[in-house]
Amino acid sequence: MTAKDLPALGIAELQSLLRQREVSPRELLEALRDRIEIVDREVGAYLSLDFEAADKEAEKANVDLPLGGVPIAIKDIISVAGQPCTCASKILRGYRAPYNATVIGKLRAAGAIPFGKTNLDEFAMGSSTENSGIKLTRNPWELSCVPGGSSGGSAAAVASDTAFGALGTDTGGSIRQPAALTGIVGLKPTYGRVSRFGLVAFASSLDQIGPLTKTVRDAALIMNAIAGHDPQDSTSLDEPVPDYAVALDHDLRGVKLGLPKEYMVEGIDPQVKTAIDAAVKHLNSLGAEIVDVSLPHTEYATAVYYILATAEASANLARFDGVRYGYRTENPKDLLDHYGRTREEGFGPEVKRRIILGTYVLSSGYYDAYYLRAQKVRELIRQDFSKVFEKADALISPTSPVPAFKFGERTADPLQMYLTDIFTCSANLAGICGISVQCGFAEIDEKRLPIGLQLLGKPLDEARILQIAHAFEQSTEWHKACAPIAATLRNA
Amino acid sequence: MKYVAAVGLEVHVQLKTRSKMFCACPVEFGAEPNTHTCPVCLGLPGALPVMNHEALRMTVLTGLMLGCDIAPICKFDRKNYFYPDMPKNYQISQYDMPLCTNGSVSLHDLAYPKDAQKNIVTPDKEVHLVRIHLEEDVAKSFHFENSTGIDFNRAGTPLMEIVTQPEINSPEEAFAFLTSLKQILIYGGVSDAEMEKGQLRCDCNISVRPEKQAGLGVKIEIKNMNSISGVRRALAYEIQRQISALETGEKLEQETRGWDDAAGETFLMRTKEFAHDYRYFPDPDLVPVTTEVLLADVRSRVPELPKAKRARFVQQYQVSAYDAGVLANDLVLARYFEAAAKGAKKPKNVANWILNDLQNALSGAGKTISDCPIPPEALDELVNLIDSGKISGKQGKEVFAEMFATGKRAAAIVKEKGIKQLSDLSAIEALCDEVISANPKAAADFKAGNVAPLNFLKGQVMKLSKGKANPQLAGEILERKLKS
Repeated sequence: MTAKDLPALGIAELQSLLRQREVSPRELLEALRDRIEIVDREVGAYLSLDFEAADKEAEKANVDLPLGGVPIAIKDIISVAGQPCTCASKILRGYRAPYNATVIGKLRAAGAIPFGKTNLDEFAMGSSTENSGIKLTRNPWELSCVPGGSSGGSAAAVASDTAFGALGTDTGGSIRQPAALTGIVGLKPTYGRVSRFGLVAFASSLDQIGPLTKTVRDAALIMNAIAGHDPQDSTSLDEPVPDYAVALDHDLRGVKLGLPKEYMVEGIDPQVKTAIDAAVKHLNSLGAEIVDVSLPHTEYATAVYYILATAEASANLARFDGVRYGYRTENPKDLLDHYGRTREEGFGPEVKRRIILGTYVLSSGYYDAYYLRAQKVRELIRQDFSKVFEKADALISPTSPVPAFKFGERTADPLQMYLTDIFTCSANLAGICGISVQCGFAEIDEKRLPIGLQLLGKPLDEARILQIAHAFEQSTEWHKACAPIAATLRNA
Repeated sequence: MKYVAAVGLEVHVQLKTRSKMFCACPVEFGAEPNTHTCPVCLGLPGALPVMNHEALRMTVLTGLMLGCDIAPICKFDRKNYFYPDMPKNYQISQYDMPLCTNGSVSLHDLAYPKDAQKNIVTPDKEVHLVRIHLEEDVAKSFHFENSTGIDFNRAGTPLMEIVTQPEINSPEEAFAFLTSLKQILIYGGVSDAEMEKGQLRCDCNISVRPEKQAGLGVKIEIKNMNSISGVRRALAYEIQRQISALETGEKLEQETRGWDDAAGETFLMRTKEFAHDYRYFPDPDLVPVTTEVLLADVRSRVPELPKAKRARFVQQYQVSAYDAGVLANDLVLARYFEAAAKGAKKPKNVANWILNDLQNALSGAGKTISDCPIPPEALDELVNLIDSGKISGKQGKEVFAEMFATGKRAAAIVKEKGIKQLSDLSAIEALCDEVISANPKAAADFKAGNVAPLNFLKGQVMKLSKGKANPQLAGEILERKLKS
């Protein structure tokens, strides 16, 4: 094993090397830094790196801790004390978080080393990372394609071997969809499983932090570190955390997997459909029982999602006003002009669109028709899931209806972009957990683009979907494929 | 034409919790600006609120003290508007489910301004409440010549908003309402309610209408009043302004006004056109909690309220209704009285000493009952010395002055100065004989039917005894001797 081979490894593999003292945490960081220098010029996954601080942590790292000495990339919407937290927005220019998010404390307690912040759609609003107010992130499989979003930077970093694992956030699919589009694993935990303290809120009732990793086992290892109750987050659940990694190896005999008929609809790319059909057959061959189920309120999910998420966002993003931190306009006429121009100049178009939409749905006279009605439908969607989970242990669907698309392909029509969330956003509305794992490739213009399989689980049943995903992954070869940009260096 | 005024108050009360509403920062008035802040009360990106349950309990306690209905669930909403003193640009407040509804405050005579206590229109009036809700306070702006500074120490302090029905009909009733309310808040230990520290702030909604008109007149709001007497004066001004306007045929518009205390005038701040749409919605960061679990605990914290205390003082200590009122007006004074009256033979005399000599001495020294140099049990000792005839009332005053100045106990002072009352009958008789024979004209005058010289003679006895003779005994003996 030479230094140039290190970046290709997953967390579980690193752990044994570190514990056997075959490699030191500093060497690991060094190898990662070299790889980032070569690859990230083209991929653009990172917004900021602090290897100086990371080196200091590496020197003191205790490799016997669960994630001892393992560098982890952090989506730049999670606060790391002393580091910028741009949310990929101009409006947070110059801001450095003066405190740590709870997950950062937990990662460090487990021995992990946060070393860099990854790109995203501004304030996590988007599905392609094209809404970043700072830079473009490219899909490591095909540089002319988007990496998905909003955790596109984290996904691209893991897929291009510039991160061993990363944290992302998922409000409507923002971990699972980019994981699918870049051929890696992405887990959205149950709402309340992971503390949101220190995560810059987009939609408070939907946001969750979760891992993006090369393997299911790695996702379980990160979950072991970050899950659990936090007294600083009133919405975090005070429930025991199982050892997700220990629970992984479990065969699928007797497991009932539901196939929601509403998820196999028109508009799914035929290659995606083929891959999912094959994956279902494969899971069946592993012993899982496949049952047809129905989630009758699925068609309303996207509408409900965009009403509730934008309503919450309109209030959450009100604090970015240039008064205390971040970008401030020059020479305003008066207070109103200060607010107006700071926010006009500081926010990008998609963020503004959502703030306006959210403000509208909460306005006097419209509240009942939009916000309140959406809350009622959200409850129906929640009930849809609790009913099907009486018949099925987990649900299967595509993660995204399409593989990675070209830059600009969907930006002209926001609705087209919003529809890439159709299979993922219901899980956020219902507060359940979901995971995306690679299940195939689409061949487009002679390029291979990954396809993701989504498994949705009951609230707090992360262990189960990790087991199923693990069984699928370990019995298939998809996870062994790697993005061309990484492959050239792996074989160099 | 006769006009009636209808006033509703919105009173903001800072709760006396140790920490802020949604974070662990201490609540402290007068600290260096921006020293009691954290990511939560600064509204930094990613920070989340966590409910202060003591603030919840204090609000429920206030509700119970005021006879309110308590909501089964405590839910918070976001009130959206932009202002630099509000770090998140939304305030966490309660919209459609306030913690307390209904309830009332009764206006005791002594709660009215002193000059108005003789002309109370509706004795024992009850002012009903609409609601009490809990929210977070905003920061404090300081306007300098070319800039504005913001002190976030106050941001996030638990704030109770108490809203009354428009049932207050005069500036004096508003004064009495605020005084009564303040008293109850202090009794419950939920707030010190000091207006000059901003712990109690008040907005007034005023409308005036011809007496015969049904329904309320146009509502005009006066914002940010910071003293109870200021509220009285502002209302007096504003009611008169509105009446004058109506009398000259002017049409009043709904508006918000400010109060210029120095000029003694209200002034226009904004008209209704600038009314906000606050876009309230439930705060997704805070999980609603049921109040049932804390009700039992809070019920046990409901104290004896001023009204009950007044009645008990009259009954238990035989003090006058007026004295009971004055004592119960101030919780610290009431506690002082009870501590002093506990062992007293004549608690009424203790009350007299507190309400006259002690209060005078305190105000003369610029002190309050809280920093009184005489502990209550020491006052009780003094009153007992007088009541048992060991020293005279006059001597008592001398001893009291010494106690107040030095903090020494009465017994020690009496011993040190050799003060004692001469109550030995034969000794006083001897003194009386001496005085009568030395003042034959006065004695003769009295015998002739003129009563006045008796006091003169009594004074002579006291003088002769160097003030030690029991004046009552001296008077009795003189009278007996002169009449015989």
